Amino acid sequence: MKINQKLFLQFGICIIFFGLIGILINNLTINLIRTGLGFNFSWLFKPASFALAEHPLPYTSSDSYAWALFIGWLNSLKVIVSSLILATFLGTLIGFARTGTNSLLGLISAGYITIIRQTPLLLQLMFWYFVGFLGLKDNMFIQIKNILNISNQGIEFSGLTFSSEFLALLFGLSIFTSAYIAEVIRGGILSVSRGQWEAFRSLGISERKGLTLIILPQALPAIIPGLTSQYLNLAKNSTLAIAVGYSDIYAINDTIINQTGRAIECFIILLISFLLLNLLITNTMEIINRLILKSREYS
Amino acid sequence: MEPIVVAKNLTKSYTKGLRALDNVSLTVDKGKVLVVMGPSGSGKSTLIRTFNGLETFDKGEINILGIKVDSTHDERKIQKIRRRVGMVFQQFNLFPHLSILENITLAPIHVQKRRQIEAEEYGMYLLSQMGIDSHAKKYPIQLSGGEQQRVAIARALALKPELLLFDEPTSALDPERINEVLDAMRTLAEQGMTMIVVTHEIGFAKDVSDQVLFMDSGKVVETSPPNIFFSNARHERSRKFLNQLDKH
Ligand SMILES: Nc1ncnc2c1ncn2[C@@H]1O[C@H](COP(=O)(O)OP(=O)(O)OP(=O)(O)O)[C@@H](O)[C@H]1O
Ligand SMILES: [Mg+2]
Repeated sequence: MKINQKLFLQFGICIIFFGLIGILINNLTINLIRTGLGFNFSWLFKPASFALAEHPLPYTSSDSYAWALFIGWLNSLKVIVSSLILATFLGTLIGFARTGTNSLLGLISAGYITIIRQTPLLLQLMFWYFVGFLGLKDNMFIQIKNILNISNQGIEFSGLTFSSEFLALLFGLSIFTSAYIAEVIRGGILSVSRGQWEAFRSLGISERKGLTLIILPQALPAIIPGLTSQYLNLAKNSTLAIAVGYSDIYAINDTIINQTGRAIECFIILLISFLLLNLLITNTMEIINRLILKSREYS
Repeated sequence: MEPIVVAKNLTKSYTKGLRALDNVSLTVDKGKVLVVMGPSGSGKSTLIRTFNGLETFDKGEINILGIKVDSTHDERKIQKIRRRVGMVFQQFNLFPHLSILENITLAPIHVQKRRQIEAEEYGMYLLSQMGIDSHAKKYPIQLSGGEQQRVAIARALALKPELLLFDEPTSALDPERINEVLDAMRTLAEQGMTMIVVTHEIGFAKDVSDQVLFMDSGKVVETSPPNIFFSNARHERSRKFLNQLDKH
């Protein structure tokens, strides 16, 4: 492209961009005037007057909207972090099986990846919620000496209780994301040269040890960026919590919009909440990445 | 004489109809050096890689150090062989994320379950044998090609193997770096190590080998002592190959 054309294109894009922003601001002002609410956040400190089934910190319906939103944010964080760990664990195992020498395991994991990736996440969440948990008997489906108790209320494990809603979301998100993580792991493993496999094999080192001691450390630089983007997807997908009735930040925001009509303020809060969540994830991964690079003086 | 390697009628095809190995038989006795030569694609790598189970084969059988393997490729037997046979590759294949010493102690610690101190002591001994003990703490990328290949030899020696396999160990080296590796191999041969070496280094083959095996299109054309092979090869095909080597 010639410089003139480039300049013209960039100029055009700028005009379109600022035009869109102008329309947005215009709409915003008109809407705010029409609802007669004005733009402010003082309502945040009024009592929320709705109950929350799940709250990691003390909460009653007389607590403020702000506190309800914070509880929602914590609920989101809880399900995201636990899904992220489970998905990574599952995805790594499946990625290993997919690249391993056992052809039966390879076939099973390839099938798993295909099926999971070709079914909508919403459907999978519904499956776990309605078939997986609500399908269970009323109480004490499985009870092992009061240590493990699985019922349609969720899972109770030595004092810790997990609701069916949380578990359906956890299973749905983890299994869905694990199929993508498996592919990221596989790609990373394939990026390591064949010679490395031959070298550890010829030393009598087993496949499992060779994978963890030789191949995986070299595959990590190729794996980390893909992993980060899957984690970000997981965080965004967690807003589907509303479908199974789990009180995450998005679901609570939705309730508040219905009660107060403060759609614009709520969307700004939602935007910032997710910005915070995603910054948390990207920065953690960046730190991990730097630690890995630092541990390899050779590169 | 005690045979270390006996291969009988090895046959292998990667793609149907094209034989990478075609009825290959050979014997290598204890303490002997066999040099394998042949044009590109003749099956040299495939042949020596079957000896430690990196390649499977379709027909025939091999007996390595008394362990018999056939086309069923019994993983447990192959694992046993790999603990007693070392291999050195053209591209060195050192582990880039491990230090030189860690490259060498990895197998003794994880395969033979040796104590770290013990493995490191022996690793340092091997590195000094190779004349590179001053590099023990460095990483592979900080070493020259010749030094890296000597590390690879030390790594292959760490499990105290009874047979060493070399697949073109000097082909990826600068000309002025070739001799330091060949000298290390010469010393090993003098110490009585049994070796199978794929190489086109005529000087090395003449001085060190007991037999030269010449391959073409997966077949063994001839197996002769080096004095005969290089001055008066039995087969027309071998002479043609040697003529071409001389021109380079
Ligand atoms: N992994 C593979 N898949 C398919 N064909 C292969 C594979 N490896 C080798 N071959 C083929 O088998 C034949 C023998 O190859 P091999 O690598 O053993 O030859 P070589 O004598 O070592 O050659 P070079 O001197 O180039 O290293 C060649 O025709 C080659 O193309
Ligand atoms: Mg070769």
